[in-house]
Amino acid sequence: MIITDTKNSYGIITILLHWIMAVLIIGLFLLGEYMVDLSYYDAWYNSALWWHDSVGITIFLLLLIRIVWKLNSIKPKPLLTYKPFEIKIAKTAHVMFYILLIIICISGYFISTAKGQGIDFFGWFDVPAIMKLNEVQANLMSQAHEITTYILVALFILHTVAALNHHYFHKDITLIRMLKPLKPLKPKDNLK
Amino acid sequence: MKMINSILLSVSLSFASVSAIADNYIIDIKGMHAAIQFKISHLGYSWLTGRFNDFDGSFNYDKNKPEASKIEIVIKTNSVDTNHAKRDKHLREEDFLDVNKYPEARFTSTSFSEKSDGTAILKGNFTLHGITKPISINVKYIGQGEDPWGGYRIGFEGETRITLADYGMTYDLGPASTEMDLFFHIEGIKI
Repeated sequence: MIITDTKNSYGIITILLHWIMAVLIIGLFLLGEYMVDLSYYDAWYNSALWWHDSVGITIFLLLLIRIVWKLNSIKPKPLLTYKPFEIKIAKTAHVMFYILLIIICISGYFISTAKGQGIDFFGWFDVPAIMKLNEVQANLMSQAHEITTYILVALFILHTVAALNHHYFHKDITLIRMLKPLKPLKPKDNLK
Repeated sequence: MKMINSILLSVSLSFASVSAIADNYIIDIKGMHAAIQFKISHLGYSWLTGRFNDFDGSFNYDKNKPEASKIEIVIKTNSVDTNHAKRDKHLREEDFLDVNKYPEARFTSTSFSEKSDGTAILKGNFTLHGITKPISINVKYIGQGEDPWGGYRIGFEGETRITLADYGMTYDLGPASTEMDLFFHIEGIKI
């Protein structure tokens, strides 16, 4: 079991963080889309928001762990077959993911805490509000939350299409590297 | 703010032309001795109260000729406040006030009839969510006199009930919550 990232491959921690966050983020996006159209008499009207808030904070914590982990890890090398512009686009997209997620998490936090009320984190404890916002600032947070989420969705589509393209069309190890840690690579893996 | 001031200026100028002897008052927004509150049933089990924090207005009142009194109030719908961030966000959105499309609500009086017991009926047009309807506000005179800082003040309170659907707000809050009570607490400073 390879725990940390290596020049060849991602370790199990990076892989777990990637997929757990992927599931949570996709789930939270769908929940968000669903809950904003719930009627007042829907049984989920209150609990959907409660789950959205708590899972959102979970994602933010995982995001912080992941950023620290990434900054302290060896970066797996790009494959020889990657074109320079592909590497550039991929890097930009990855940085964008982090920036967008930070904005989405922070704006979401401020939407819920704008009035100084904290967020009940899975019923365990209260995440306190750090500042009150006026209506204009609160509206700005709502808009930021929505717009950045849709940009994230576009980026997610690009990311997914790119990964599947590498796997099925180029038939390289790009996607496999994010599915399981790889032992020493074979020449056919085309590592730089 | 500039726009409100210019509206108020034009309103107060028109008051002046209507009735040169009436006293003109500006609602005490600076010291905030005024409030616009609302109350709506929650499921039929209790009351949800809230208020609009940002509004402005002016009126005139002549005790010798009360029927000539006029008032205009402009409410910034953005400032709706029910002390709960997510509800306030929802109230600002399209389901309710739609504040981006309809940033202002407005009451412009058309008539004022005072009774001997200090109460009065104030009629006027109320614009909310882009829809204007005539409403009737039950007004009670509270008091008037000089304040300790060299000014002259007068206060009224008003109460009315509106139906949300009349103003195009049809989001289903349940059968007990189709109407909303509005309360106006107004203190004017003579200008």
